[in-house]
Amino acid sequence: MNATDARKATGIGAAVRRKEDFRFITGNGNYTDDINRQGQAYAYFVRSPHAHATIDAIDFADALAAPGVLSVLTGKDVAADGLGGLICGWLIHSKDGSPMKTGAHPVLALTHVRYVGDHVAVVIAETAAQAKDAADLVNVSYGELASVSAVAQAQDKAAAQVHPEAPRNTCFEWELGDRAATEAAFSKAAKIVRLDFANNRLIPNAMEPRAAIGEYDKGTGIYTLHTTSQNPHVARLVLSAFVGLAPENKLRVIATDVGGGFGSKIFIYSEETVCVWASKKVGRPVKWVAERSESFVSDAHGRDHQTHAELALDANGKMLGLRVKTIANLGAYLQLFSSSVPTYLYATLLSGQYDLPAIYCEVDGVLTHTAPVDAYRGAGRPEATYVLERLVETAAREIGMDPAEFRRRNFIRKFPHQTPVIMAYDVGDYEASLNEACRLINYADFPARRRESESRGMRRGIGFSAYIEACGIAPSAAVGSLGAGVGLWESAEVRVNPTGSVEVLTGAHSHGQGHETTFAQLVSDRLGIPIDNVEIVHGDTDKVQFGMGTYGSRSGAVGMSAIQVALDKVIAKARKIAAHVLEAGEGDIVFEDGRFSVAGTDRGMAFAELALQAYTGHKFPTSEIEPGLKESSFYDPTNFTFPAGCHIAEVEVDPETGVVRVEKFVAVDDFGNIINPMIVEGQVHGGVAQGIGQALLEHAVYDPETGQLLSGSFMDYCMPRADNLPSFDVGVTITPAPSNPLGLKGCGEAGAIGSPPAIINAITDALGIRDIAMPVTPERAWRAARGL
Amino acid sequence: MYQFEYHRPKTVEEVTALLARCESPKILAGGMTLLATMKQRLAAPSDLIDLQDIPGISGISADAKNVTIGAMTRHADVASSKEVARAIPALAYLAGRIGDPLVRHRGTIGGSIANNDPAADYPAACLGLGASIVTNSREIPADDYFRGMFETALKDKEIILRIVFPIPQNAAYQKFPNPASRYAMVGAFVSRSAAGVRVAVTGAGPGVFRMTAMETALAKTFTPAALDGITAPIGEMLQDMHASGEYRASLIGVMAKRAVASLTG
Repeated sequence: MNATDARKATGIGAAVRRKEDFRFITGNGNYTDDINRQGQAYAYFVRSPHAHATIDAIDFADALAAPGVLSVLTGKDVAADGLGGLICGWLIHSKDGSPMKTGAHPVLALTHVRYVGDHVAVVIAETAAQAKDAADLVNVSYGELASVSAVAQAQDKAAAQVHPEAPRNTCFEWELGDRAATEAAFSKAAKIVRLDFANNRLIPNAMEPRAAIGEYDKGTGIYTLHTTSQNPHVARLVLSAFVGLAPENKLRVIATDVGGGFGSKIFIYSEETVCVWASKKVGRPVKWVAERSESFVSDAHGRDHQTHAELALDANGKMLGLRVKTIANLGAYLQLFSSSVPTYLYATLLSGQYDLPAIYCEVDGVLTHTAPVDAYRGAGRPEATYVLERLVETAAREIGMDPAEFRRRNFIRKFPHQTPVIMAYDVGDYEASLNEACRLINYADFPARRRESESRGMRRGIGFSAYIEACGIAPSAAVGSLGAGVGLWESAEVRVNPTGSVEVLTGAHSHGQGHETTFAQLVSDRLGIPIDNVEIVHGDTDKVQFGMGTYGSRSGAVGMSAIQVALDKVIAKARKIAAHVLEAGEGDIVFEDGRFSVAGTDRGMAFAELALQAYTGHKFPTSEIEPGLKESSFYDPTNFTFPAGCHIAEVEVDPETGVVRVEKFVAVDDFGNIINPMIVEGQVHGGVAQGIGQALLEHAVYDPETGQLLSGSFMDYCMPRADNLPSFDVGVTITPAPSNPLGLKGCGEAGAIGSPPAIINAITDALGIRDIAMPVTPERAWRAARGL
Repeated sequence: MYQFEYHRPKTVEEVTALLARCESPKILAGGMTLLATMKQRLAAPSDLIDLQDIPGISGISADAKNVTIGAMTRHADVASSKEVARAIPALAYLAGRIGDPLVRHRGTIGGSIANNDPAADYPAACLGLGASIVTNSREIPADDYFRGMFETALKDKEIILRIVFPIPQNAAYQKFPNPASRYAMVGAFVSRSAAGVRVAVTGAGPGVFRMTAMETALAKTFTPAALDGITAPIGEMLQDMHASGEYRASLIGVMAKRAVASLTG
């Protein structure tokens, strides 16, 4: 195979099989639980069995005396060592200008527990079983208090208070948009469509539970944390600067292979903090691996909104304005980005794909005695899409217009487009994806399919969802102005070895996304070298200088753009070296298919030869050009990217049992340019599966009286399984993103963002009803079918 | 999981001796419920007495009248048994829908009916076919054996050896699984034989039970329509976060009709 063919096989646009999968599927991955350190001890956490209680006393004498126990530590020990609490990195202001209100988030609870699963003490022992046995012997005297878990009750005057700092459990009362302009739009409306709905609470359930090993080196004073993180540098920054465990130069965070995150591994939790801290106290490495039951109660949950929304239309079916009031459950404590998810990641997307002249959104963030709620695949955008696409479909039905036609009538068609809610869309073609989705599902023949279903006593419905989201987060200045405590650039370092192989160090983090393949495809393509000559290094703060990690579908648009810029610098320097070695002017050097050559001649050299020249330094003036070939980049995007598309679901409902079967699901997405279509399709499949999970199956339920998590295992929390899903039809349309050099938009979350309203729109169509709550359990559909 | 002693006796007599001697023993017959409960520290037996080495209490045999299944026979073996498929295909079908492949290769029929989970499948087959539960001391008709939620007629030191299923004229099982656990939210087992029609329901109530009104109606006219208007008492149904009593009661009718429909073509 020559260089051109090799690049076609492994370069941009090729469906290259994932390089990392061999080690994963043969059991050779290196997950945190696969790592064992010399002399390692084990931590087990004593957790609150109550949703809300005072901690009156902790008697751990028996636990300390139990076999194998090295130490029992409580919040008092944390406080005595002067450690800070866990933080929220995004400051939100209420409409009156006051900063958000909440209480401190201690690493181990001090005076109160505030949700079932809250961290009360840790037992460290020789074995995990001994730690767990001894934890049974820790006798905590609780003073049980009333609790509140439901978002709808949190602000009641009589509701139990989560933190005294936040009266009426209200963390913030935030707004976005122009209230007066929206009121004016509504006053002119020919038709107003109103809906009230909940966005059901979800539990992420990554395949690999959270885990950590903390280790302290007495000789150097350096701590090492192996953990399941989507952003190891951010973990190090928070643990250093805010918790105060150790300065950054004395703390190394390693998160190499991570088995799924979906957002839940962005955050800095008590468990890894304690493992690092305790490793010095007990003088041993300390390991903790979550049991699945612990994941249910202590991983950050997602969604949990209560919303009232109104859409104003003129007499011709043109949208005039949108008014939304949402109450968002934040849980008992603010996690790292809790406050941004239901605000800037939510309301900024409420314009959808539509030319909506006026939008006003109010969001109250409320605290409850439940696990913290933070980003979960889509983070705010699924909630926004649900609000808008449910309203849009309902509006189309109520004015008697075809839902596709109604959307066409309101699509944004001129770019750039400034929405009334901050975002400036740069490019898109919404009708293209709608039309392609209609073609793939054969929309015109739906009535025949419906008749066929009805002939079998079934009810068939079709539902659209034309979503938009903001990815590639994000321009640092933009997020800074909105309250973020960090910049959201990304870094890359391209190290060319003397033999022409390449290591790329990236600040993005792969926990299932396939970066080792897609990032290598970019390098293979740009440098014209085989993909196997490229190694992608991530997830170690001692290797990668800094990085912001992976979430918000940012690795392609931001992370790969950083690599692209670093590659540009490598090529620029290599070109200079080539000019000297080939004795030509720099302007005459052509770099094509992995070869530097002098234009119009047969003189040239392969990339590997150039690399060797760079490191020997024999044939160019090292006083003018430094030896070596290594370049880095800190890339900050100029805008968000705006993936958009159209999902169409077709469902069949059995009115006797209420069982909903998703018969067809079409997703046509515009992700801009695509590096690896197979991986992109896989991301869509996974996202749609999670979206269908939210629409039909998944529900985190707290008992309203006791605050106990009722759906605390897979016996009661229903994850989507293969037999719940149809074979997906996935298509693409492409408008390259102008805001980054590769034209990428991001594909990681779109499936979970677009799909839930498509499913609910299809079910409401099938049953001829206005609304139905997620998840649509068989009983809910059965009741709806019977008009109950 | 707490500490326990593990025993692997070779005879039924050794089992009874251990049961007499140990402080709080539990019999292990696959362990698909017991081990999970122990791992969650909700059960703490002093001793586990594993029955898997005892000869003669696993395997399937059939004659003209009965299918006999040893207590330690795994669900997967029932599901794939040619004898069961020939004599009582509904029983093979039922066994093939218990849990998942891992459960079906570890769990046993004896373990299932000794535990008598209100949402388990096998109790519906036992009651719906009028099976006999043969123990080391007696033979118990299914009608007397199931006593409500996790309760059976088994006495201390009584061990199930085999279950004898009379071969019906035909039978069908319709299961509506809980979407999360895939246990039966409602399962209806309908059989027809010289002794009459039986309709047994699992998942819906605090234990498996017979729908005698349906049996009477079907004995007159064996059609789905014969079940129109026959409802289970809502107040006696289970209620949980997945389904109300009203919904479960409705599903009984739907599942029973579908079972009958599958037999009437």
